[in-house]
Formats: sequence, structure tokens, C-alpha cells
Amino acid sequence: MRPFSYQRPASADEAVAVVEPMGVAGQGGAFLAGGTTVIDLMKLHVVTPPSLTDLRGLGLDTIEEGDDGRLEVGARVTMAQAAEHPAFRDRAPVLSDALWKAASPQLRNVATLGGNVLQRTRCPYFRDNVSPCNKRDPGSGCAAIDGFNRLLAVLGTSEQCIASYAGDWANALILFDATVLTQTGDGGREIPFADLHVPPTDDPARETILADDELILGYRLTIPDWARRSVYVKARDRESYAFALASAAVALDMDGDTVREARIGLGGVATVPWRARETEEWLAGKTLDEDTALEAGRIAFDGAQGYGHNDFKIPLGRNTVAKGLLDAAGRDLTEEAQQ
Amino acid sequence: MTSPSDTSRQGGARVTRRGLLKGSAASGVAAIGSYRAEAQAADETPGGETVDVTLTINGREQAFSLDARTTLLDLLREEQDLTGTKVGCNHGQCGACTVLLDGTRINSCLTLAAMADGSEVTTIEGLGTPDELHPMQQAFIENDGFQCGYCTPGQIMSAVGLVAEGHAGDEAEIREYMSGNLCRCGAYKGIVEAIRQARDETRERMEAT
Repeated sequence: MRPFSYQRPASADEAVAVVEPMGVAGQGGAFLAGGTTVIDLMKLHVVTPPSLTDLRGLGLDTIEEGDDGRLEVGARVTMAQAAEHPAFRDRAPVLSDALWKAASPQLRNVATLGGNVLQRTRCPYFRDNVSPCNKRDPGSGCAAIDGFNRLLAVLGTSEQCIASYAGDWANALILFDATVLTQTGDGGREIPFADLHVPPTDDPARETILADDELILGYRLTIPDWARRSVYVKARDRESYAFALASAAVALDMDGDTVREARIGLGGVATVPWRARETEEWLAGKTLDEDTALEAGRIAFDGAQGYGHNDFKIPLGRNTVAKGLLDAAGRDLTEEAQQ
Repeated sequence: MTSPSDTSRQGGARVTRRGLLKGSAASGVAAIGSYRAEAQAADETPGGETVDVTLTINGREQAFSLDARTTLLDLLREEQDLTGTKVGCNHGQCGACTVLLDGTRINSCLTLAAMADGSEVTTIEGLGTPDELHPMQQAFIENDGFQCGYCTPGQIMSAVGLVAEGHAGDEAEIREYMSGNLCRCGAYKGIVEAIRQARDETRERMEAT
């Protein structure tokens, strides 16, 4: 690791005052929570922050339940704590599944929900610190487009970057019209979660709309009663502890066999957490059976572009959506409620 | 303010494999020695900030003054000579460095010592003694839960954490919740059996008290 200075502020006010401007491409200061992304990338010299601002003195580690399914989730709640929390596990299993199906138990015990949504891509050319990469070294090009791109994105790509967003939980959180509570030196704001990430158009190094000193304090979301009928399906190279090749977060409001409302998030296939809104609209009012589910999968990947090695992600992604819809519909709510 | 290493853990005057290797690198094996010196110089660029850290390691509170870059893994192995905790991938992918931090299993390679300030760390050396093994250690022996043994301290610490978390249910759950520990010898079958045995013994002990 390159040398850095280490500071541990006692409050969010202090944290945003002392953090060095974060900038883009990992050369500026950085907030430190669980550290599972930033320390990994610092060892590779992919990011070289001159200072780390440790957030462990800030609290922000609770999940508060309000009326009508409202939740306020602190940014320093760990993935393990959230995966076990009844507000997720019992009321919106997709939010719990997406967590325990991610990373390893050791990582989930320290990685936080604030850092989780900001984790960096696993694109091998981003991580090798040598190849051209517009995300790591703006303007240098993209080695992945014509390279080994098996793991990379087919949705939301550009000629500058096809790096896939690596996380799982964000693809589930995006179903619930969540907002992100943040703070800067100028005060706080509340951002729609769906607006947080920026697709890699002109500047792939800029991944979010967060300002240079902006700290995620937590999330607000509302879980509808029917979200117990939800799942996170994750297709990967090995059965556990692997990033998604394709994943589908699905929540269904059903009237018998008829879809009242469907919400679908996609992971492993897109450059940012991806909500398949056109598919959701098409599904409303349809009778859900295998044919409908497969057609929904096809619609979700309209406009997808493969780059050779990752062409398989398009049919895999379609089938993952179909399985997600059928699995969610098949969740026996009465049985689960008794558990 | 680095504490001297605990000599009793190194076996006093006994010649240990690690002691022998250390001696060779310093005196005789020039190629390895110079490589190591260069690697250290590259990674010890001037300007690294020093931080004060207090940790309770295997029940003993100690204060350190460290380069901010020091990981918990490096502190344990290099400062404390607690070399039971292994360096594997050094990137949180293999689990060989697993220790308990305030009772919770973590990857010590991805944790800065500074982040653990004020915490209690338990390593394999703090789990049992050669005369009185922890039930998980005994169970790994009885069930052939290892072959070469390199991943074993991490496996055992992870397994102790797993039982405490309450996810050591059926075989599928044990395998899912041990996925952060890789074993290149492929001793997984014995590892799962060992965890089931130790889990049942723990349960029986708790019911008896």
C-alpha cells in the first residue's frame, strides 16, 4: 500500500469537514467503513488515497422501523446484520437473500451497507492496474471491449466502458423506491437511490452523483405488505461466494395468478444497478405462467449488447428473470408466515 | 512501543521450522533476502503515518505504535509472532487469515490494525492449548478435517464463528456459511463432519449447564 494518513472523526459533521476531496478514479481521499473494497484495491495500487477517514465513530448502525412499512437503515449496518434483520428477512426476503448470497461470511461481518452500494467493478482490466481502463485511468481506453469480457456487462454499456456493477443488494434495494440520505459540508440531502449511480457514458471514472465530500448516512425505503413474495435469484460460476453472472431481484403483488404489480432488478449484467421498468409495465395484468415469465425475460434484455465472451449472459439473464418471477410467485406466504 | 514477542510461543530455545527459515533468510539465502529487502523498501516509502493502537490479543491487552498501513494480519504475524494465522491470497478471497474480532469472524488481511483499535482479537493460538484443545480443534483432528494444514487455522476460527452465528444447521447450510474458507487439498467433507461434531458438543455442553 502507498502511505496514507488515518483519521477517525467522532461525528458525521466532522467526517465531511476533514475528508480530503474524493475526486474520481480513486486518487483522492476516501471514507473507510468495513474496508473490504478500499483496502483490497489499495493493496493493488488501483486506488491510492492519501488519507482514509474511518467512520467507526459515527454510529449509523441501526435499522429503525416506522409505520406503514417504512424503514430507515443506517449506512454502517453490516451486511450480516441486515441479512438477519426481521424487517428484511421476513417482510422482503429479496433484501435479505441478496445479502447472504453475496461475498463470504467474514466479509459480510464487516462490510457495511453504505460501502456495499459503492463497491467497485470486478472488471479484470480495472483491477490489473496495467491495461487501458477509462474507469481507472480516464482517457486511456478500454481493454475489455475487445478483450476477455466474459464477466462484463451487456446492458448500459458504452464505447468507453463495459464494466459490470458487481453488487447484489443494490439490485434489490432499487425495487423499493429507496432514497439515500447523505451529508456534505453544506448540509444534507435525500437522493433517489435509482439516481445514485451513473452509467459510463462520457466519464466512466465518475460512478455516482456524490460530491467530493459527500457521505452516505443511510437509506429510507418503504416495504409494501406483498413484498414477502420476493426472491433474489443469482446465477454464478460456483454455488457460493462468487459474483453474479446474472441475477434477478423480483417482488410480486399477485391477485391469484394475475400480476397486479411486478418489480424487477437485474445484477451481473449491467453497468449500474438496473431496474427493468418496461418489463414491469408489460407484466401488469398478465396471467403469470412459464410462457409469460420467459417473454418477460426477453423484454428485459431488449437492447442488450454482447461483446463476444459475454454473449451467453443475454440468454442466461432472460432465464434468470423467468426463474425469479416463477420462484417469487411460488413463495407460499402462509407457510413462510408460520416459520 | 511494540511489545516484545512472547518467547514461550516460539518454544523457547527449541529450534522451530519458522526460526530456522528466518535465520536462513537473514544469513545465507541471498536471493530471497535481497528480494525481501527490496519488497519492503518499495512498500515502506517514507511518509507513512504512525498510529497508536491498543488491542487485546488472546486475552492480553497491548499497545502498539504502527505504520497506518499495518493490517491486523501483519501485526499478528510480524509483530507478535502469532504465525498460526496464515497469509493466503491477502485479498479476502481465501479465508486463511480468519480470526475472531470481538467474537466475530473476519479476514484479518483486509482489516487495518487501526480499524480494530480497542477490540479483542482471538487467534488459533488463543483458542486452546496443546494439552487442552478447543472442541473444534479436536473435531478437526478426529474427522480428518485437513491434509496439508495451511488453511486449517482459518477454517477452525471460521467454524467457531459459524457455530456462534447459529448457521451450523444441515450440511448445505454449513457449506454455504463456510464458503469464505478455501481448501486446496479438498478436505471439505472432513471439515463439514468436524463442524457438525463440534456443534453438537457445544450444544450438549450448553444444555448441561
